[in-house]
Amino acid sequence: MNIIDIIVAFLLVSGFIFFLGGAIGIIRMPDFYSRLHPAGKLDTLGIGAMVAGLAVYNLHHFSLTALLVSGKMLLIVFFVFMSSPTATHSIVDAGMRAGLRPWTRKEGANMEQSEPRKEEN
Amino acid sequence: MTDANTGARSPENPLKTKGKVSLGQEEKQSFAPFMITFVLMFATWLILSGNFAPLLISLGLISSLIVAWFFHDLLFPSLTGKHLGIFIKFSAYIPWLIIEIIKANFHLLYLVFHPRMKELIDPHIIDFKTNLESDLAVTTLANSITLTPGTITVTTGSDGSYRVHAIDKPSAEALPGTMLDKVADIYGENK
Repeated sequence: MNIIDIIVAFLLVSGFIFFLGGAIGIIRMPDFYSRLHPAGKLDTLGIGAMVAGLAVYNLHHFSLTALLVSGKMLLIVFFVFMSSPTATHSIVDAGMRAGLRPWTRKEGANMEQSEPRKEEN
Repeated sequence: MTDANTGARSPENPLKTKGKVSLGQEEKQSFAPFMITFVLMFATWLILSGNFAPLLISLGLISSLIVAWFFHDLLFPSLTGKHLGIFIKFSAYIPWLIIEIIKANFHLLYLVFHPRMKELIDPHIIDFKTNLESDLAVTTLANSITLTPGTITVTTGSDGSYRVHAIDKPSAEALPGTMLDKVADIYGENK
């Protein structure tokens, strides 16, 4: 029983850290494309860890119904893992088609004018 | 997965009729796809419904049969013995991919929380060409690249060319590398 609690807590906390990193990353990254890195992927692993933790917690009182509910939760993770890279890819593709140029180290000076809030460095 | 696929492609009527026609001629060939589709649909029904009353089970059986009858050639257009090998190798690939995703996620976390993040990151776009041929292999590699944090596939062509947005140098350098070898190995396209 205790071991299950520890696993659940570990999964939930690590999921929380991943989500937190994703949210902070979206704010801190310099441009559209690099913002998608934390947005698309830290969230994917975050939801994976959190839902896995909930699925394990759900099996505390083992029964067929609990097993089915956990199965549904794992299906959610599966669908997110399938659709998240596709969505990220299509957002990047839309940006490329619209002609938005990626931020690079050298051109950072130009970009900062369009983003005045990023004065720290 | 099965529901989404059939839903998305159902407007294409030619496929549907083609399936019906080919059933008569190649009954042996289309039996395995039919059974796999049916089992997938019915398993999804059981998990989602969670209700084991005889009426609901038989309703699920009937609807899975109907859907499998119409759409068995959408999920598995051609099924040969080769696909079993692909499936087994793909199952072995998934755990490796998940470990790789977790490792790369920690790298991205380190970047995000680093106080001088802007000096560490170096976003740039790289192009590279692979010798993958089948669409499935190209798609698998593209999605694997996107799932691995630090790299996003921007465009990919059916000739195996890739354009990838990488967040920093280490992520970009790791790129075609082992992942390409593994994907090529799954689909037997090692040259």
